[in-house]
Amino acid sequence: MKAETPPAPPVAPAPPRPAARPVERGPRNRHPLRWLVLLAAVVTAAVMLAPFLLLVLNAFKTGADYSTHGPLSWPTAFTPDAFSRYLSLVDFPRALGNSVLIAGAVAFLGAALSLVSAYAIGIGRVRCNGAILALLLLATMVPQEALVYPLFYGAERTGLLNSVWSVVIVFTVLQAAFGTYLLASVMTTLPKELLEAAVIDGASRWQILWRVVFPVLRPTLSVLVVFFFIWTWNEFYLPLILLNDPAAQTVPIALATLRGQHSIDITVLNAGSLLSLLPTLVFYLVFQRTLSRGVTAGAVK
Amino acid sequence: MSALVPDRRLPRTRRSRSGSYWLYLIPIAAGFAVVVAAPFVTNIVLSLYQWKGGMAPKHWYGFGNYLDLMHDADFWHAFKNSLFMIIAIVVVPTLIGVVLAAVLFDYIGKAFGNRAASFLRATYYLPQILPIAVAGFIWSTILDPRQGSINTYLRSIGITSGPDWLGDPQLALYSVMLMLIWLQIGYPVVVFMAALQRVDPELYEAAELDGAGWLRRFRAITVPQIRPEVFFVVLTATVGALKVFAPILILTGGGPENSTVVPSYYAYRNFFELSRVGYGAAIATFMSVVIFAIAALLIVWQRRTERQEG
Repeated sequence: MKAETPPAPPVAPAPPRPAARPVERGPRNRHPLRWLVLLAAVVTAAVMLAPFLLLVLNAFKTGADYSTHGPLSWPTAFTPDAFSRYLSLVDFPRALGNSVLIAGAVAFLGAALSLVSAYAIGIGRVRCNGAILALLLLATMVPQEALVYPLFYGAERTGLLNSVWSVVIVFTVLQAAFGTYLLASVMTTLPKELLEAAVIDGASRWQILWRVVFPVLRPTLSVLVVFFFIWTWNEFYLPLILLNDPAAQTVPIALATLRGQHSIDITVLNAGSLLSLLPTLVFYLVFQRTLSRGVTAGAVK
Repeated sequence: MSALVPDRRLPRTRRSRSGSYWLYLIPIAAGFAVVVAAPFVTNIVLSLYQWKGGMAPKHWYGFGNYLDLMHDADFWHAFKNSLFMIIAIVVVPTLIGVVLAAVLFDYIGKAFGNRAASFLRATYYLPQILPIAVAGFIWSTILDPRQGSINTYLRSIGITSGPDWLGDPQLALYSVMLMLIWLQIGYPVVVFMAALQRVDPELYEAAELDGAGWLRRFRAITVPQIRPEVFFVVLTATVGALKVFAPILILTGGGPENSTVVPSYYAYRNFFELSRVGYGAAIATFMSVVIFAIAALLIVWQRRTERQEG
């Protein structure tokens, strides 16, 4: 297994990995081999984490420290200089506000749109629901370069170029295409009795959606919200084209734009990268359990 | 229609049934029309013109852009690079992912507890939540020929002239692939591990009682049981591999000597750098068709194997 992992970016100080505390389980696993397997899995984890560790290490160095001692040495002193330099070069609070607004709006609007559309397809079983799902599936697969130029012109014509709302509209629809596809298949598995009982009680369709279907699907919807947030936060191509103006840029685009300008200290970019990934990292750690459930939600039909 | 019969299978409900449910599709239909359908069709129309963009005049070119595309060595080079993207995003991560998921689930989870297994899983998945702008930057510093982590390490063990990972046309594509593998591994691991949770534990227990070792169980139980998920990962990752754009833009900008250009990046360059909008649109349309066709082939192939087995 170890041999199949990509060659490790070598790290000078071997990163101290907290080895998981072994739990004794019956006699069959006392084999010494299991420590080797664990070692291999932990080494793989260290390889996966090494780039993150390098990022943190070099974000707290001074530029001079980095250029004399290189990327692998321990910082001579941990300084926040690089962070304050980054914050002076980029209007980070503004980019953060844009990103939170875009990713947050897309997450909730996208999930709501998915719910409403999937209701018509999965429970309403409107005619040609198969064809509609196929169209939505195509929307999730279409490469962005086949949309980008007309979207760019459309945004310009409607005055939405450099407005966060252009990106919100585009990604609400694109994420909802995926979300509808997923929710529709979940809805077909809802027990019929549940809906019939509501019909007998005289509930309207709108009431059934919000009082019966929505509460049942809440866990799935929260997974969608988390995913839509992270995916939209990380989006690159369309925000790059639709949001030229620094005032409208998202966190990742602001970082990439700064990188494009020359003679920016590597440590400054390290600090900027660290700041740019922190929000998704926090989100990920908080919702880690939900996430691993969610990646698979679409897998089993 | 009779108001006297409180039957939920009233004709009235039947008729209004399809009628009112359509209302719920209006928002997504409008969104789909504005964000996907209209731009996609416009893009196809643009591909039939020669156009520099902006106020420049459009010249009707028919299928000329497509004919040019068929004879464009640069495009086919980019297209060939897509195969390398498939190796880095589909083939290698799926193979490693199956093994890692099985080791975590059927070995480490049992020998060291589930917390160890889910901690390791979370570590493998971490690159997946990274903004690509950040991932690209990290790897450009790792692969830098002078100040990069790899070459600094090589120097410390006496190799003074480490390779120029991203600057050597022979090597750059493989360096990009290295980053993509790192980015992608967590995805199959997480999907496959969740798939394994639904496998009946008795299968594993029975196999163990029969004296089947880990490798036997892996081949006879793990792989066949998670085949639907393997298909799901292969399909989504293949589509993703054919759409790769940002890693190329950020890591190499298509260079050196165009050695890492992929179709989406080639389209971008035609749109926004070379002002050949019609040609860029033709590339984008062609790639859309390729992606739809490959996805359709994979789906049909999966249905057929499913039917043969069932």
